[in-house]
Amino acid sequence: MQVPTPDDLARLVPDGALLALPPDNSLPSLALVRALVRRGARGLRLLGVPVSGLASDILIGAGCVAEIQTSAVSLGEAGFAPRFTAALKAGTIRVRDATCPAIHTMLQAAEKGVPFMPLRGIIGSDILANRPDWLVIDNPFAAADAGGGGGGGDPIVLLPALQPDVAAFHAAMADEAGNVWVGRRRELATIAHASRRVLVTVERVVPGNMLEDERLAAGTISATYVEAVALAERGAAPIALLDEYGADPAAVAEYARMARTEEGFRAWCERHVYGDALKVAAE
Amino acid sequence: MSGVPSGAAAPARPEAATRPVQPEERLAAALARLILDPAAPPARHIAVGAASPIPAAACWLVKLSGNPVRLSLLHKRSGNPFTEGSRELFDLTGQGRIDLFFLGGGQIDGQANLNLVGTGEWPGTAVRFPGSFGSAFMYMMTPRTILFREEHSPRVLVERVDNVSAPGVSPPGVFRRGTAQALVTGRCVFRFDAARARFVLESLHPGETVAGVREATGFGFDAPDAVPATPDPTPAELALLRGPVRDEMLETYPEFCARVFGPVTTEGVAA
Repeated sequence: MQVPTPDDLARLVPDGALLALPPDNSLPSLALVRALVRRGARGLRLLGVPVSGLASDILIGAGCVAEIQTSAVSLGEAGFAPRFTAALKAGTIRVRDATCPAIHTMLQAAEKGVPFMPLRGIIGSDILANRPDWLVIDNPFAAADAGGGGGGGDPIVLLPALQPDVAAFHAAMADEAGNVWVGRRRELATIAHASRRVLVTVERVVPGNMLEDERLAAGTISATYVEAVALAERGAAPIALLDEYGADPAAVAEYARMARTEEGFRAWCERHVYGDALKVAAE
Repeated sequence: MSGVPSGAAAPARPEAATRPVQPEERLAAALARLILDPAAPPARHIAVGAASPIPAAACWLVKLSGNPVRLSLLHKRSGNPFTEGSRELFDLTGQGRIDLFFLGGGQIDGQANLNLVGTGEWPGTAVRFPGSFGSAFMYMMTPRTILFREEHSPRVLVERVDNVSAPGVSPPGVFRRGTAQALVTGRCVFRFDAARARFVLESLHPGETVAGVREATGFGFDAPDAVPATPDPTPAELALLRGPVRDEMLETYPEFCARVFGPVTTEGVAA
């Protein structure tokens, strides 16, 4: 069987899709992001679960993104995300700010197939003031004297279920049955359960079925949720992958430096995005 | 840890004898004292976010001094405490099972409101910061938060934040477990009086004056007639910071450890 490539997966992401991506500490697929840039994806609506990193900044810089919903965009130690910041300033992307547990909660509602879920906190934050899709109700279960303010109000935020069109991430391995293994990064399971389609790049494909191995099953996402798997060695790099390889801070710093300008970003893409394609084509 | 801090820097390890107390070490010791404040709700389980080497050092100092505390370091790559992903932190906090958290902000105002979004119009049209992260939830659901920001300037400490990521105080009837206990900066320690929604100057770091701090602070605050100096770490604390604390932090913060705690002698790390 011919194992698909990241470029094959990129063709499965339609323009305009709501695309859920994990942050830089939770198995982003930089391989698929580079393939999306090569495909020339347009109008993507990114969802950072619950925040966004290098992957989102690259897609924004390449003009693939119309909107981003996230709780923060950052390159970590390498500083602010330069292409995100530039696009926000230029008004070329719509930014919908959230807060981390709200994004998890909206996905959990989708996971359960219920229309909304409540979440504490947030009241008094301008995030709420800028999210007309988030509602505040009085806790219907509050005792009449609850809340300390009299009247039994106990206001609480309701968040609508959020079902991504596509979720994309990188896993350590897939098996012959199509299951993928993400170790303890179980928020990826929430994303996978909540999304219509899940595309995964992996370091390797192993024989057998990981769900039959008690020690692997807990870190496995069932093939039930996975639409396609592509092979991409070092597919998270320059971001770390579990205990398999570390981050390359120098490479992220190089990106942060070059992506300060549009020209620098294009030069980075020539080297690290299209350079890949040339290498693949030559193989 | 509970002893009276010594004003003198007397390193316990011979090889550190010539190394003066570093500002980061003093800040870590100041944070550790706040964590152990007997007047505050107990800190049995503390969570520390990304890119927070000084709060992390303070937590390790507390733990390695023999205090029974559980530390959950969010960005620890090996042995990360959460097996349900990062949402587990928020679920624990929602239940009230995280006792203490640290937050900062691009802007912090006199009512302890935090702005992590940006300046100018929403969502940060003048200067965009990374974003609010979990602050809008954590600040309200954690019994106490220590605010930490090394830069102490009028652009950070403002009269009123441009945008509120997380409010310092809430009206009656809005559920919240706590708010800021204190604000620690590169110049001083402020306590937060939640009932009055106002900061009170508690101690000044070496070389700082009340007038100088007022000059560098965009919000009004209260100060007693005599403001004590922020104590240096005790010799025992310094020895812990430069030894066992550094060892715990090396994997996550190698550059910080080398810069603050002195030359690294552990095999294989010098590169």
